[in-house]
Amino acid sequence: MKYIPKIGLEMHCEISKTKTKLFSRARNTYSMSPNTCVYPVDMAFPGTLPVLNKECVRLSLMASMILHCQIPEYFLFERKNYYYPDLPKGYQITQETKPIPVGIYGYLDYECEGQIKRIRINNIHLEEDAASLDHYYNTSTINYNRAGIPLLELVTEPDFHSANEAVSFLETMRSIYQYSGISEGDTKKGQIRCDVNVSIMDENLEESDPSNWGTKIEIKNVNSFGGVRDAINYEIKRQIHLKETNEYDAMPQQTRRWDEEEAKTKYMRSKVDAVDYKYFVEPNIPKLKIDPKWLEEIKESIPKLPLERKQKYIEEYGLSSYDAEVLIKDKDISDYFEECIALKIDAKDAANWVTVTILGELNKNDEKITDFYLTPSMLKEIIDAKNKNSISSKQAKEIFQKVITEKKEPKQFMQKENTQISDEKELTEIISKIVSQNESQKNAYLNGKTNLFDYFVGQVMKETKGKANPVMTKEILLKELQK
Amino acid sequence: MEEGIVSLHEKLVNKEITSEELVKKSLEKAKEAQEKYNAFVTILPDAKGVNKITSLLSGIPYGVKDNYSTKDVLSTGSSNTLKNYVPFFNATAVENLQKAGAVIIGKTVLDEFGMGGTGTTGHTGVVKNPWDETRMCAGSSSGSAASVACGVYPYALGSDTGDSIRKPAAYCGIVGYKPTYGMISRYGLFPFASSLDTCGVLTRSVEDAAIVVDAMKGLDENDMTSWDSSDIHLYDSLKKQTKAKKICIIPEICDIKRYPHASSELKEHLENFQKTLEICKSLGFTVEEVSIDENLLNALASVYIIISCAEATSNLSNLTGIIFGPRGNGTSTLDFIKDHRTKGFSPLIKRRFVIGSYVLQKENQERYFRNAQRVRRLIVDKMKEIFKEYDAVILPVGTGPAKKLKGPYDILDRNTTILEEHLQIGNFGGFPSITIPNGFIDGLPVGVNITGNCYEDEKVLQIASLLESKMPYKGQIAGRKEK
Repeated sequence: MKYIPKIGLEMHCEISKTKTKLFSRARNTYSMSPNTCVYPVDMAFPGTLPVLNKECVRLSLMASMILHCQIPEYFLFERKNYYYPDLPKGYQITQETKPIPVGIYGYLDYECEGQIKRIRINNIHLEEDAASLDHYYNTSTINYNRAGIPLLELVTEPDFHSANEAVSFLETMRSIYQYSGISEGDTKKGQIRCDVNVSIMDENLEESDPSNWGTKIEIKNVNSFGGVRDAINYEIKRQIHLKETNEYDAMPQQTRRWDEEEAKTKYMRSKVDAVDYKYFVEPNIPKLKIDPKWLEEIKESIPKLPLERKQKYIEEYGLSSYDAEVLIKDKDISDYFEECIALKIDAKDAANWVTVTILGELNKNDEKITDFYLTPSMLKEIIDAKNKNSISSKQAKEIFQKVITEKKEPKQFMQKENTQISDEKELTEIISKIVSQNESQKNAYLNGKTNLFDYFVGQVMKETKGKANPVMTKEILLKELQK
Repeated sequence: MEEGIVSLHEKLVNKEITSEELVKKSLEKAKEAQEKYNAFVTILPDAKGVNKITSLLSGIPYGVKDNYSTKDVLSTGSSNTLKNYVPFFNATAVENLQKAGAVIIGKTVLDEFGMGGTGTTGHTGVVKNPWDETRMCAGSSSGSAASVACGVYPYALGSDTGDSIRKPAAYCGIVGYKPTYGMISRYGLFPFASSLDTCGVLTRSVEDAAIVVDAMKGLDENDMTSWDSSDIHLYDSLKKQTKAKKICIIPEICDIKRYPHASSELKEHLENFQKTLEICKSLGFTVEEVSIDENLLNALASVYIIISCAEATSNLSNLTGIIFGPRGNGTSTLDFIKDHRTKGFSPLIKRRFVIGSYVLQKENQERYFRNAQRVRRLIVDKMKEIFKEYDAVILPVGTGPAKKLKGPYDILDRNTTILEEHLQIGNFGGFPSITIPNGFIDGLPVGVNITGNCYEDEKVLQIASLLESKMPYKGQIAGRKEK
């Protein structure tokens, strides 16, 4: 390619893990019927005032630290003023880059196609979400459940060079939000939304000089990672085409939107028509001084993040890079795996069961591991039984299936039918008793009637109702008959 | 109803009168005040007395400025945009008074959303001064001032963004008290300019003002700018010896020599003020002159207009007619928002919105809004410096008695602007500030103002109370001047 794409992202992610909204005591939840999680302030009734939820501040500071950002001394908010039916107050309470929002000038290392890359973060800030609108033929409805839900907006520098890099970053960032308990990061629930900016520059120009970066095109409201990939690739192609046909220089800086159905970016407005949001400091929220001690506490509470976990799985547990990657992709799965480790299940055994059998089941039924019936401790029972040879690996699989289909404890299936008597002492006692009760057959056997061996096996099975471990039974019988 | 709170309370406790009878009398007076002065947006004919007398305010009627949210009672802000708005929650201050057993009689007229100082811009028409119906009450707490002055009840709630309690109090010959910013929760007060808005009260004595604010104030979890004043007891403090010793005047504001073209009215007003200073001296206070840079004082009015209009244009953006208020006409949402606002607001407010938008625009913000904030800081710093040495500043209110309704009242006289506008200093710094009547000019009352440092409300009220005790205007009712 003769051109280098320059790509930057604005990633909006709802903080979904607080009880209440950013400035109101209404519940912060997703799947509720419309307009049920609403307090007067969410609908901007006259005289209502925002009250800052400190837990949101804590989680946003945590995100800022993970992104290695500079943290402000004071926390303050600003108003972004514009009229839109989804914005009840007529302004959004948000943070501008000056003074410092939750964080500025950080970076994050992420993996893309097996390589570790670094993206610079321009800033991350905390703001409130708007209500959601649904449009019908001649009417629109407003749902205020989403109004006031805390939102983290992260702005990267235009350091990505491909759609793959941008999407890998988004995936990494989503799992960071999940791992740190900030958000479920569910795009299906609309918890993650992106704006993308794309420009292309000639390959032979110096990349460190922003004036060579080309004309920045902003693409608004891309709501899935697949959409981000497609929009970037479409826009790169479109811009290259303009270059090749000498139309590029006439293209004004502009905002476009991603039309998912047509798989195209479409012109919205030029930079000249940009809205003046008339930012000013929100007077109803006093400056919040960030206590350094609090910051320390937050720092200590940051859990191990995916990349760290992956390294640990490979280095400490000896897993393959592939297995480790599969395990960390979803925090809940990684947590399940780590619970197995905590129960002292062998790491490779656990990895094998989780990545093959359990994930297979989950995928088959489109189920989440948090809803999975079989807990790590149940898994341990099955694995332990197999390792003690009281069940075969085939039986282990069968019991696994029975546990999840019948939703019963594994031991129920092991005791009833499947549990073998594999205790050597117990078997020896039973067998020696049978041998002593069948003196004449024993003598006949010893005199060469070797087919009587099967008669003894039959007697043992009869006595144990078929539960004697067959291999062990044969071994012990051979010994006892020789006595 | 022409008595003070303590005397009414004693009669209730001694069963000389019932709350029911008080309410009935008050309602009759309210109707009269409505007919003569147009003081009310709403009178509550079904207001009920209280049987149990649990506090000083129990069973005693009062009025509420119509920019306080009152549950199940029409609350209009004196604006067509909210002409049918019935809130489903009480403002915290109102709620606190309800808990004390106080009885609302009516909602009083204001200048639309508190903007304006004439009492002429409310959607129900002009409020007339009970001392002279051809004159204004000033504003914006016009209806509250008029109704207290003519003896409908002992007190009515007001709000003060520039001088909206303290100026009408002077024009109506009563007491107007604006406590320290945040002492009374603003939750439920329709906002005008959030960083300046203060709840307060209009009464006929300093004692009553102290009693009412004692009941209204308190930390509120719904207002982040409220603070814990549980160790401040205003009424009790009036019975104690004051620690205040030194007060000062600012000659750049009140020295007659600064006004070479002064009208006879102004001369009389300033001479009367000198007499009040003599009383202060006789009470044992040291009265000194402290100069403030005239450039700062000359900037007062502009700073106020810039900051208050900027905040107002944003604060009132929730008035779209979508969630509450009459729905506008139009095919698109923006169209019917526009229609609602075009029809709903008076020209004065629209003018202020234009100013507010203008000073917040990106290209103007530094020059106007940010500079106004800087000058505000300079003025407040200067005042804090003064309060290090002096317990309070004492100054005359306005340029004389109430102005004629028919006249060029809306135009500021360049020469006397400082005198008209200096009360805004109290809002810039959130200082406690009280106006009490200090005399008559041509049979019309005039007032004097005392302003102290933040959180020193007790001291300010003590000084005001001492001064009040040496003048014959305490408890005066409009039209019944006693010489």
